[in-house]
Amino acid sequence: MIKLHSIKEFEELSKKIIENHDSKKHIISLSSGTCGHASGSIKVEDALKQAINGYEDVIDLKLTGCHGFCAAEPNIIIFPEKIFYKNLKPEDAPNIIQSILKGEIIDNLVISENGTKYNHVNEIPFYKLQKRILTGNNPLIDPTNIEDYIAIGGYKALVKALSMHPQEITEEIKKSGLRGRGGAGFPTGIKWEIASKQKSDVKYIICNADEGDPGAYMDRNLLEGNPQLIIEGMIIGAYAIGANKGWVYVRDEYPLAVENVTINIKQAREMGFLGKNILNTGFDFDIEITRGAGAFVCGEETALIHSIEGKRGNPSQRPPFPAQIGLFGKPTNINNVETWANVPKIIENGADWYANIGTETSKGTKIFSLVGKVKNTGLVEVPMGITIQEIVYDIGCGTPNGKIIKAIQTGGPSGGCIPQDHFNLPIDYESLKQAGSIMGSGGMIVMDEDTCMVDFARYFTNFLQAESCGKCSSCREGTQRMFEILTDITEGKANDASIELLEELAYVIKETSLCGLGQTAPNPVLSTIKYFKKEYIAHIKDKKCPAGVCRALILYKVDQEKCTGCGVCKINCPEGAIIGELKQPHLINQDKCIKCGICWDNCKFDSIIHEI
Amino acid sequence: MSIEEGFIDKSIKKHGNFLIPILQDIQENYKYLSEEFLIQVAEKLQIPLIDVYGVATFYQSFSLVPKGEHIIIVCLGTACYIRGGKKIVDVLTSELDIEPGETTEDKKFSLETVNCLGCCAIGPIVLIDGEYYGEMTPQKIIKLIKTLKREKK
Repeated sequence: MIKLHSIKEFEELSKKIIENHDSKKHIISLSSGTCGHASGSIKVEDALKQAINGYEDVIDLKLTGCHGFCAAEPNIIIFPEKIFYKNLKPEDAPNIIQSILKGEIIDNLVISENGTKYNHVNEIPFYKLQKRILTGNNPLIDPTNIEDYIAIGGYKALVKALSMHPQEITEEIKKSGLRGRGGAGFPTGIKWEIASKQKSDVKYIICNADEGDPGAYMDRNLLEGNPQLIIEGMIIGAYAIGANKGWVYVRDEYPLAVENVTINIKQAREMGFLGKNILNTGFDFDIEITRGAGAFVCGEETALIHSIEGKRGNPSQRPPFPAQIGLFGKPTNINNVETWANVPKIIENGADWYANIGTETSKGTKIFSLVGKVKNTGLVEVPMGITIQEIVYDIGCGTPNGKIIKAIQTGGPSGGCIPQDHFNLPIDYESLKQAGSIMGSGGMIVMDEDTCMVDFARYFTNFLQAESCGKCSSCREGTQRMFEILTDITEGKANDASIELLEELAYVIKETSLCGLGQTAPNPVLSTIKYFKKEYIAHIKDKKCPAGVCRALILYKVDQEKCTGCGVCKINCPEGAIIGELKQPHLINQDKCIKCGICWDNCKFDSIIHEI
Repeated sequence: MSIEEGFIDKSIKKHGNFLIPILQDIQENYKYLSEEFLIQVAEKLQIPLIDVYGVATFYQSFSLVPKGEHIIIVCLGTACYIRGGKKIVDVLTSELDIEPGETTEDKKFSLETVNCLGCCAIGPIVLIDGEYYGEMTPQKIIKLIKTLKREKK
């Protein structure tokens, strides 16, 4: 790899890379993120490699980060035609190669929605309403090759920034209106300004890649698919703030993200974007990677700092803020992955361009992970101000089985639920807060009529009581008590005072906890009580779970009239709880039944009754 | 199991005096952090053993007990949970007769849960010995476990 010693050398190299790009060649871009791997993309990759054998002059295979459309994994985009093929199997590979050579389209591999077929990526409803500023380049980049990033204009923003005064950069970020994408939404420019004004010979910056919210994986996508974008953002930020050292604190549950970020830091260093005297500007900056060790609370900035220092991830009192006294006692600026990724785009295109996207108070785009009971599961990058309705129904295409959507949940364990009748809300920091939830880092979980809201609140409370660091007794003990009360409700053991007790506990935990984890821990419970009180009452008074989820409140029985005695349920029951002779109606022994539902799933005669 | 001579020194050389990466090295190589390992780390880094123990017990990825031959990790991220991840845990708990975080007596299986693997489209997900199994059902997981149980050492 050539080491660049000046801006001129960079510009020459950038020109050369773009010129060398063979535009006549077809490129098959295979989505190869973790979700792709888990769905079988590696087998598809092997088959494609074999099928390309002999046609290397005209077709290239590029392994890229995730294309965002997870429900269509493993998928490819063929360039330059931009043809999108979904849910591929290894045996599709030879046909794909032949169709490219003949200039044809394989009908049964394209996306089909309500009888309409969509051949090209830009026409597909899932992509059409999105504005993919941060994620759109993923299909063009092999994330192990820095040259791919330079080929799409990478590092131009850094070059521009290095010709600006650091203060000018901070002003530009302030003007853009960018707010922290980790959840709280604090204005990034102001955060930088505070850090840059600190008088200290040593300052640090940190990229918070400890993406802990369950059901949210926007950061993983960027870390795996376009790590140089984050690194470039960090270099610009470090220059603006006056920091010479940075850390990426990444979740250990993301091995591919760790691998790709490590490779990219090394390549950026070899090329001279990191290290001493970057592009001969006299600016020194380098990045280290630190792997988390599995603690949700380390997403909180003071806890994260303690974790890098090698301590338990207990949060500490603010002020002093990390910008004043942070990592190793030095001024430290922490931003989330997606926030850093926005920086090069703002510098390159200008603050005015960015501020034009979005609403009055929330600018730019936001990546959401649209998951749960939704057909088009995936990562969607949308302009702020789009409605929930558009995301869930136009992009997500509703539920996969036609069931009715009940609510969405945003903001992870710190967030709340938004019921279906509020789906015309435009997405921004303020409106979500007003509705009783938060923007959070970007998890958007769709729930249908089969989701029990009490059980769902119990799930998050269980998560939080397990992840509470234990420092504040109100959070440590309070979340446990809430979990116990919720368990009682889901088991039909609660009494009329339970809801009031939950609300009282919620108030105390919110008011008396030190960090964000405790202060927001009651949110899932409060928002479900606010919108779905009926479900709580059904569990408490009628001892019924309307969604049929809570195990203690449901029974599996055999309809004696319908049962043909085929024995399928009996063979498959893991507990041996089903009794009966062949060709005679069977029975379920309730003492042995663990309510796993295997009998219900397997009965071809609808004779297993799922009694609520 | 005793630690290989020089392993901790090598790790310190690589990571400096940062405790967590050193413990991660040991966890990855030896699959758990024994009392002996923790004492040695404390001595080498010249920090109180209680601090090393404090860190080792704070983070989920460290284990103080040896793991089984097969490690089964069920994702309980929100998306997996509402798609039935909890049912998978219930069935495994019943089939293996252990709770999450435990290892079977014959040291064949360890059952764990994880907060989110970020593969929400194909949930519920189970990771068995590093391999992903998506769209899991109670029936499929039981079949997989029975196959693993039958396999000879």
